[in-house]
Parts: sequence; structure tokens; C-alpha cells
Amino acid sequence: MAYNLKEEMSKKERFEAGHRLCAGCGAGIVCRAMMRAVDPEDQAVICNATSCLEVSSFQYPYTAWHDSYIHSAFENAAATAAGVESAYVALKRRGKIDNNCKIIAIGGDGGTYDIGFQSLSGAMERGHDFTYFCYDNEAYMNTGTQRSSATPRFASATTTPSGIESVGKKQNQKDLTQIMVAHGSPYVAQTTMIGTFQDFHEKAHKAIYTEGPTFVNVLTPCPRGWQYPPEILPQICKTAVDTCIWPLYEVEEGEYHLTYKPKNKLPVEEFMKLQGRFKHCFQPGNEWTIEEAQNYVDRKWEELLEKCN
Amino acid sequence: MSIRDRMSGNEAIATAMRQINPDVFAMFPITPSTEIPQYFAQYVADGKVDTEFICVESEHSSMSACIGAEAAGARAVTATSSAGLSFMNEMLFVAASARLPIVLAVANRALTGPININHDYSDSMAERDSGFIQIYSENNQEAYDNYLQAHRIGETADVRLPVMICEDGFITSHALENIELESDEDVKAFVGEYHPEEYLLKAENPLAVGPYGVSNYYMEARVAQAEAMKNAKRAILDVAADFEKTFGRKYGFFEEYRMDDAKMAIVIMGSSAGTAKAAVDELREAGKKVGLIKVRVFRPFPGEELAEALKNVKAVAVMDKSEGFSANGGPLFAETASACINMEQRPKMINIVYGLGGRDFTVDHTRRVFAHLEKIIETGEIGPTYIHLGQRDDRKEVL
Amino acid sequence: MNKKANEITEQSTWQELTVGCEIYEPGTSRLTLTGEWRSKIPVWDPEKCRHCMMCTPFCPDSSIPVTAGKRSDFDYDHCKGCGICYTVCPFGAIEWKEVH
Repeated sequence: MAYNLKEEMSKKERFEAGHRLCAGCGAGIVCRAMMRAVDPEDQAVICNATSCLEVSSFQYPYTAWHDSYIHSAFENAAATAAGVESAYVALKRRGKIDNNCKIIAIGGDGGTYDIGFQSLSGAMERGHDFTYFCYDNEAYMNTGTQRSSATPRFASATTTPSGIESVGKKQNQKDLTQIMVAHGSPYVAQTTMIGTFQDFHEKAHKAIYTEGPTFVNVLTPCPRGWQYPPEILPQICKTAVDTCIWPLYEVEEGEYHLTYKPKNKLPVEEFMKLQGRFKHCFQPGNEWTIEEAQNYVDRKWEELLEKCN
Repeated sequence: MSIRDRMSGNEAIATAMRQINPDVFAMFPITPSTEIPQYFAQYVADGKVDTEFICVESEHSSMSACIGAEAAGARAVTATSSAGLSFMNEMLFVAASARLPIVLAVANRALTGPININHDYSDSMAERDSGFIQIYSENNQEAYDNYLQAHRIGETADVRLPVMICEDGFITSHALENIELESDEDVKAFVGEYHPEEYLLKAENPLAVGPYGVSNYYMEARVAQAEAMKNAKRAILDVAADFEKTFGRKYGFFEEYRMDDAKMAIVIMGSSAGTAKAAVDELREAGKKVGLIKVRVFRPFPGEELAEALKNVKAVAVMDKSEGFSANGGPLFAETASACINMEQRPKMINIVYGLGGRDFTVDHTRRVFAHLEKIIETGEIGPTYIHLGQRDDRKEVL
Repeated sequence: MNKKANEITEQSTWQELTVGCEIYEPGTSRLTLTGEWRSKIPVWDPEKCRHCMMCTPFCPDSSIPVTAGKRSDFDYDHCKGCGICYTVCPFGAIEWKEVH
């Protein structure tokens, strides 16, 4: 059925108002869109890694979730989901439950790329029927913007600050989406929040309704960590895809599809100049950082295009 | 009708698991508990159970998966030892505070370092404040019997706590001994089905588990959990009473062995109690008024009951098979001493740390401990209260 | 034990809390009025609004109610005033003002 924004937005809300995420936080938008991708007749169990999202969406006695929810620790959302999924299989087999339930794990980039990487890799390899969403805001935001392996090169984080001797983080980010593809997952996608949310919705829905372990990586701007005024989130996301810093693509059974190709590929500085974390890159003498960032993005983009052809 | 058989502690626990047929078993191998999931994997392969058996990538994940599964409404189990238990540490606290009655079989093994695969209690003693109920076994029969009681204790409505069933690594886990098993039907009837009131997969209403708790709630949550652990004392005795009625074998918080008129006693745990009992018998033959208390339930700690059992004793040696590095004695000593602190007349009490990393503990060692207690009574001098036994030493040993 | 979130307060005794701090009902965060955080406020002009829905998925706070394809006024009990809706509206139907 063709995507229809009006119909989607008329669905019953499954991520409630009153959570304590910052004003303009991308994670709240992600959760709403993620839950719209669960068909209204189905139930869901959300397994959340410790994160801004966790402390903000379930502060006793207030849960923002309309579906069942479990948080247990930082590094084990996928292992917890594996347990829930195993219980689902066992209880169904034994006739103790008969409801349809989708198992969804969600973590930030710290809980997914770094500390939760082992349990994510294990759960993907074992083939549990669940979907892992990473809301990637490119640093440890809950503890105050420390660098993670998802932080891009040259971003100033509180553990890779810029200074006389530093131009921010020294390393490029880990390409987790590709690593998930390498696990042999039946469906892996990258998306973010743009336009009518059609790209997000279709990928999230496909991931949730593809049998087996699936993965969706969502670029999720953080106004505080990235140092930009909250209202420009849509512009940041759009620029991320138009610069090809965050290409939108999906991999179904190993087959790559580009889901968005910018008409005019913008230079990376269009993305960087919107955010305080890259401010030092624009200082005289640091022009090379923008050049290197551009070279990296160009190389990755070419590699991706090759895979998509 | 009991069935006589011969098997190791690991096989006994695996057999109990097979009879219970839990919903989910999340395994990760580690010596010496590995055989438990190995036996179980064969039961799955042979269609003897229809458990969802998952081979996860670490002990942290096995306990995490158990947490997810138990919260989802399943009976979830796992087994581990030593470093594996340490790797679970964070999740043990989470399981207990989320009040999930997971059952964890532990084949106790020394913690690194140096790395060592043999028995002592350093692994489970390091988790004594995790909020798990801890029950220790002297032999394969007790490992089996304790396991059969575990789910019911943990799932008791006003308890809802996870349970650790401990057996001594290699000594119990691998040694073949005679055992009385119960029939599958009798075990199923005794353990019963699990019907949690609220669970993640419930159709009627959602369940949210594991919130952020600000200071205004955290302390109340911890007090509620502490009360649940107090309730576990009653539940353990209730289940033991029903177990005795059903299967004829009697269990309590601890076993009192020849304690009736004892003037000297040792407080000990696990398989060492079997060795020490032989020494008690021998010394009793020689007219010495000696006795032994074997602690079965360490969490909740039966402090009042233990003090009562020690009230007529003149001198006690508390035997710790784990080193606490407190410079003041091991964990069993700390608990026993604190249990006795308000007695009108306290026995003199010393701590003996022994058997670390599988170091032998013999009947002769026990004799030396009682000889030492006798000297304390005779002289009235307690001397050093924190003593190691069985190590090579270039000084003269105290014992 | 109170089973309903609205019966649990920071004055509740330990006996009144749910076991393991579980919650058995959906969306109780609604009881938290995050509208108090606002320093700027979006104002909707129904005359200019064409109900294109572009603002609605972007709201991080589920504070733009939609019924049968039409939006209604902001849920000011919960809107934190981030201004994202103002920037995505193609028709100038949302103003974003200082809170006085």
C-alpha cells in the first residue's frame, strides 16, 4: 500500500507526550516514527539500552511507551531482546500466548556501536526475529557528549575537544551499517528524518516485518551535543543526506538499493557549518580538515554507488 | 517413588532442569559448569524437552537474555562458574531489582588470579549482595534437591527474587555419586507451572520494566527488595517442608550435625562439610563434645537461627572457602559474627580461610581446627582470629 | 500496592510502590506536564493551515494532535517549544513566539 502521510499521522500515537527528552531532541521523533511502523493490530516489546532515551522515556512511574518496554542495562539491548524473542517463541509453542508481538531493540550509538556491539553481533548471528534500531547521535550524549566510534572525524566532543593542538576527533567513524550487512542480516537500512518520513517509514516497516534479525541505523541530530539551534533539525538531516555524509540506502538479502540520490551533491561544509562541533574546522589554517572530510565522504559515497550498481 | 541412580552434580542439575522443562535456557560455556548446558543440549536434541535453548556470546548476555525472557513471562534458567559469574555481576543486580525469579546454577570455582579452575567460593561470595537468594549444596543429592525447590522459592508472590543454586566445582559437579531421583511426573507436580501476573507479552495490558528511579523512589524500591529477601526466609522453609512431605528429604537454613551438647563447633559450607563430619564422628568417639553447622542458605542469611544454634557453644571456628581480602576475615565469618553480636553469652569465634583454588581440605585439618578451639577454651586466650589453613608458610602455622 | 501510576507519588510508602518499579499501563508520561519547560511557543493559525501534515511527524513531543487527517491546536501541556514545526511549515501557518 502506498505511503500516505495523513493516514500515518492519524494512527494512534504509541510514543506518548510528557517524556523528558530535551526540546527538539531527534530521539523522540525517531521513536514516534518507529512505532508508527508497527501495524496497529500488532503489539510490540521495546528493549531499550541505557541512554538519554531510556532515562527520559521511563522515569518511574511515567512511561512514554504504549507498548511493553524493558530496560536492563547499557550494553545488552540486543541480548535482552534475544531473551524476549526466545520467550515469545517458547510461550507460543506451548500455547501460553496467541497475540502477535514484534520485538524491537533500540539504543544510541554508544550502546550500539561500542559497548553493546558484542551483544548486538551475537544476536544478529543467532538469527532472532527482531529489529534493532540505532538512534545514532554520534556521541555519548547522556553523559555529556563524549566521543564514540560513531563520532565523525574532526567533531569536537568533550573527550576529543578542539584546541591549539587538536582539531577534534582523530578517527573516522565505524561503518556499523556495513558491519551489520556483513552479519548476513536479511534487511539492513540507513535512514533519517526527512520530508514526509516516507523513507524512514518504509524502511522501519520492512525491517520490522522481515523475518530474522534486521537493523536500521537512524542519523539522529542532538541539538546540545552537535551545538545547533533545535529548530533546524530538519535542515541538518536534509543536509546530511544531500552532502552524502549520511546516504539513504537499504540492503535486502545482501542486495544494495540507494533510496535517495541528491540531484546536486552538496559540499560537506554545508553540513559542518550548521554545527558548533565543527566550528574549529572553519578557522584559518584548518581548511585542510574540511578537505579531508570531503575526501572521506567522496570515497565512501563512490564505494556505496558501486555496491548499489 | 524415588529412583536410585549414579551421576555427577552437573548431571543431577541438568536432570532437574529436564524434568522442569523451563521455557528458555540461555547458555555460555565455562568450566566446570559447562556440562549442565551440554547435557541439556542433548535433551533438546533428543526431544526430551521443548525449551528454547539459545547459545549466547557471553555470560553477560546469558543473564541479560534470562532477564528479557523472564520479564516476558517465561521461566528462564542458566548456569555458570567463576569468571562467568563475575561477568554477569551487573545483570545479577538488575535481575534481582527487577524482581525476576530466574534460576541460576553455579558450579563454584575460584576467581582469577592466578587463573585456576578448581573449587572455592570466591565467585558466588563476590555476588552475595547482588540480591540473589543463594543456596549451597554438600553433594549431588543436595544440588538436585535444592534445584527442585528453587523455582518455587523464587516465584513465591511476596518474594519474586532470582535464585542461585550452588554446587562445589569438580568436587560435586564432576564426581559420580549415588543419588535418589524423583519421577518426572512427581517433579512437575511439585514445581508446578509458572503463571506470572504481569509480563511483557501479555495481551491485555503492556508492562514496563526497569525505569530510571530518582532518589525519591530509589530508597523505597530498595527497602521493598530487602523485605522480599526477608520474606524469602519463610518461603524457603515452606518449600522445604513441602519437599520433605513429598519426597521425604529434610532441608532447613542449615544442617546441625551432632550439635546437641557441643562445646566446640565449626560453621562450614558445601562438600567440605562431608569431610568435617568424618572428623566430628571420630572426635565424638574419643569423647570430645564437638559439632558442626553446615550453612545451606547464605542469602537470606539465617542470622537469628544460627545464633540460637550456637548459644551453648564455647568456641566456634567459622570456615571460609574464599578469601575476602578484608584483612579481617572471610564473608561467612563476617555474617556469623554479626549474627552473634547481641547474644547474652557469645562463644569465642575465629575465622579460618582454607581450601582456596581447590587446595585439599582433610579430616586431619578438621582435627587441627578442633584442637585449636580446645586450646582456646582451656586457656581463655582467643589468639589470632583470622587464620589461613593449609598453605605452605615459612613461619610456624598457628594451627 | 498501587497499580496505577497516578496513585504513585513521591510521598508513597515503599509498600505502595509497584513490585520492581513496574508499570502496567500505557503512556503514563502524559502525567508529566513538560509544557512548563517552554521558553518559546508555537502558535497555529488554522486559517493558513492546509493540513499537509508536514509538521506532525517532526514533533518530538507528540504534541500536534491529528484526527482523521486533520491537525488541531497544539497540546500546550506537553509542547516544549523547540520550534521544529515552525521551520517545516510550508505555509507560514505556525508562528514561533517568545514566552512572556
